[in-house]
Amino acid sequence: MDRKLLSAVAAVGFVSVAAVSAPQAPKAEELVAYTVVDYAIPEPLTGEPGDPERGRAVAINRQLGNCLSCHAMPIPEQPFHGETGPALHGVGDRLSEAQLRLQVVNSHEINPMSMMPPFYAVEGRHRVAENFEGKPILSAQQVEDVVAYLKTLKE
Amino acid sequence: MTFKTIAIALAVGSLAGGAALVASYGSSAADKSGIPYRDGEYETVEAPEGSPLSELISGYYFRTPETRELQDDDFMNPAFIWMEQGAELWSTVEGEAGESCASCHEDVEASMKGVGASYPKYHEASGKLINLEQRINLCRTESMQAEPWKWESDELLGMTAYVRHQSKGMPVNVSIEGPAAPFFEKGKDFYYQRRGQLDMACATCHEVNYGMYIRADLLSQGQSNGFPTYRLKWQKLGSLHRRFRGCNRQVRAVPYANGSDEYVNLELYLAWRGQGLPVETPAVRQ
Repeated sequence: MDRKLLSAVAAVGFVSVAAVSAPQAPKAEELVAYTVVDYAIPEPLTGEPGDPERGRAVAINRQLGNCLSCHAMPIPEQPFHGETGPALHGVGDRLSEAQLRLQVVNSHEINPMSMMPPFYAVEGRHRVAENFEGKPILSAQQVEDVVAYLKTLKE
Repeated sequence: MTFKTIAIALAVGSLAGGAALVASYGSSAADKSGIPYRDGEYETVEAPEGSPLSELISGYYFRTPETRELQDDDFMNPAFIWMEQGAELWSTVEGEAGESCASCHEDVEASMKGVGASYPKYHEASGKLINLEQRINLCRTESMQAEPWKWESDELLGMTAYVRHQSKGMPVNVSIEGPAAPFFEKGKDFYYQRRGQLDMACATCHEVNYGMYIRADLLSQGQSNGFPTYRLKWQKLGSLHRRFRGCNRQVRAVPYANGSDEYVNLELYLAWRGQGLPVETPAVRQ
């Protein structure tokens, strides 16, 4: 039992050292409160400015943003971009940072019929799998990183 | 049944005449994806009254030529390994009563023709809606006095496929009226209920977005007319309820148990959404 636990701890330690820059799934915690103004969230969710490079990685990651599942994006190294959502080329021209933030946080506040999952909202969910219960898909910082990345998509 | 190709071929023909003025390159054959739905070469069935769909399309027309080829040829279709087992079990005596399926139902082609197309069905003795797997197991426990087969066992999959195959080509024809109506309504509620961390309903993908790609996967109407189906991903024949569980997990929701009331209700609603589509059991999917 102890040995198992030790090796598990060692393995976790190894993984986290080996993957310093890899994005991690968020933990269940109190969500940052935000205010919606005119279908947008003007204030950032975190004090740390969003990092577009990290945001790009989150957008690609199938366990996190998985944006390519539905959107074509200027990410040529990834094959098979989805097409159920609009292409995001130039989305940084079309939407403001504040609009992008609400779109990522909870698109249902803009369009209740949207297919897009709410990435930073947990209320009113039905039968969420135990691993994900009470957790948003992205952490507040990951939302800011994705928004920072989307802002760079200019035509 | 209407064949869309003709209308589309006519439309393409008239377009091509106009397009020739501005473009002299590219043949239509080179632009084909090989996926009938995407190429506009698929058969449709008229949707039942009240259906939200404008036309019904089998999942067959959303698949690649390689996958369809496996289904088209019974000798290549891997599901026939299970079908053969089903055929053997049909006349295998088991249980206290000393009977086999054939003891009561005799020739499968005669007795089971159309049966698989009409399930799930209201079962009066239990007051419940039951699907084909459950009907088979009721025969085992009640008539044969044998043990029921486990869900997703080779035996139950093989027999379900073998029985439903006797309706191949016949239209799906379930009853949603009378005693079946409340079960149908519950199945419908399930279909439109958003669930899981991704907050998606069946309708999100299969009603609103069918025909479009999510990454490398082409969304179909989620029709059930080919189940049990050999899925290349599973490398196995599998039940519709197994597929439901996979979909539920993909949206990070807690799945229900195979054979649960919730899934049998959904199975009825889904069958009605495909009412009139030809039974393809055992289909091959990706």
